[in-house]
Amino acid sequence: MIFNMEFETLPREAIEAIQLRRLKAVVERAYNNVPFYRKKYDEAGIKPADIQKLEDIQKLPFTTKQDLRDNYPFGMFAVPMDNVVRIHASSGTTGQPTVVGYTARDISTWAELMARSLQAGGATRDDIIHNAYGYGLFTGGLGVHYGSECLGASVIPISGGMTERQVLIMKDFRPSILTCTPSYALHLAEAAEENGLDFADFNFRAGIFGAEPWSEAMRKEIESKLHLSAVDIYGLSEVMGPGVAQECQEAKAGLHVWEDHFIPEIINPDTEKNVAAGETGELIFTSLTKEAFPVIRYRTRDISSLNYSPCVCGRTHVRMHRVSGRTDDMLIIRGVNVFPSQIESVLMEISQVEPHYQLVVDREGAMDTLTVKVEVGEGVFSDEVKQLQSLQGEIAGHIKELLGVSVKVKLVEPKTIARSQGKAVRVIDNRKI
Amino acid sequence: MFADQISVFLENKAGRLAEVTRTLAGASVNIRALSLADTSDFGILRLIVDDNEKAESALKEAAFTVRTTRVVAVEVSDKPGGLMSILEFLDSKQINVEYMYAFVRQRHDNAVMIFRFDNTDSAVEALTAEGFAVIKGDELYTM
Repeated sequence: MIFNMEFETLPREAIEAIQLRRLKAVVERAYNNVPFYRKKYDEAGIKPADIQKLEDIQKLPFTTKQDLRDNYPFGMFAVPMDNVVRIHASSGTTGQPTVVGYTARDISTWAELMARSLQAGGATRDDIIHNAYGYGLFTGGLGVHYGSECLGASVIPISGGMTERQVLIMKDFRPSILTCTPSYALHLAEAAEENGLDFADFNFRAGIFGAEPWSEAMRKEIESKLHLSAVDIYGLSEVMGPGVAQECQEAKAGLHVWEDHFIPEIINPDTEKNVAAGETGELIFTSLTKEAFPVIRYRTRDISSLNYSPCVCGRTHVRMHRVSGRTDDMLIIRGVNVFPSQIESVLMEISQVEPHYQLVVDREGAMDTLTVKVEVGEGVFSDEVKQLQSLQGEIAGHIKELLGVSVKVKLVEPKTIARSQGKAVRVIDNRKI
Repeated sequence: MFADQISVFLENKAGRLAEVTRTLAGASVNIRALSLADTSDFGILRLIVDDNEKAESALKEAAFTVRTTRVVAVEVSDKPGGLMSILEFLDSKQINVEYMYAFVRQRHDNAVMIFRFDNTDSAVEALTAEGFAVIKGDELYTM
């Protein structure tokens, strides 16, 4: 089922025609209304009139998270505050929060794109959506909420936290769609088990999980523990919030970027040049329709690639590969690039290892060391030291085999790695001063 | 002829062992014997207690990873060479001892050793056939 049949199945030429028309308009608006863009474009010697074809987007300078911070809080807004009806912000865990605004029309556009996403993820107007994304400044909760209402589904605005109560509501209200972060989904499965309940007895059919990178192995883990079909959703507050792109239930192979509202590009993060379709690099987004907070060529730091081949679901919009890591989350351990998601897939392949892990990077002298903390559940615990040591060796061996990097495996007690209701903290890098 | 031992996974960090004893005390469980195997990263605490069920559920509730293992309690003559005689016998039968530790209390003139074998059944069979006194779990917990 497709929410907006006309726009989601447009032929490529039609998509590109819409994109070019809207790109010209957004560059014009940004140049005229946001001093940051005017200054930047003047310095680069670019005028809105220089955008004549889609490829011309590559002439435009990038926008970075630092630019948003420098214009904290409202400096990037392109409309007067009396037109802004909603404000969201990032958590600011890595610095000053980035603040974004929406006009009434932006909210309704976002709701439609979320409705498209929910439907592509398996939801219909007949479903009850258990929305365990956090409500508040974080875009996840309200994004899914408005999308659910736009779709016409019933939404349970449970937000994050109070996990035991969530499980009780799942049992009693019988929601059919679950939306939350993938790590929280597994946390819910644990909580159900602790309360003697089984997701198999619940009514879930599909789960739409996002806000943190996750692997194919983690999908399998979630699907078997939660007894639902899991798909990936993508978004970020700087570009809109959740619903920028959505994996369809039919293919489960990449996330459709709603191209009538966003232009995705992939660049080589070092050279900052665009790469060919299909190649991996850093994902760049331009918002085409947002009024209050347009972003042009925003560097997401997310690693992905674009796939323009037709999809079995019938949607014509380009698919982005699931985010495999972040340019700034990527660890370089003794010269080797390591993504947390790679370690995760190794752990998932070893049976009975808990899916909760954390990577700790330290520098001893000039030498970087990577410690993988893995929780020891009943499934792998033995009363014999040698069994546990051989488990450590097995994990380290698999990681060495896959990544070519030696790691230290540290077994830790269950529930000692923090379960966040938002993004799981997968990496602790002690090398930074 | 087996006894049940409770094994607990412990991270090597301050206060974890105290937390186990606090949990057991809170559940009114008495520790009869214990042994701690540790590496630089983690430890395995092995316990003989007076009430396995209570101990296990209290520890699980406190979020410890717990496992029950079958061990064998054997009386050993409390004099020089007492332990040697049993180990030599086990060796002669090629029965492998995974680990062992001493029970806190003496019984009559004998000491009690707790053994973990890789093949518990054949070990018990051989020990009883040879006339070693293997102590039943129920008796051990309340000695």
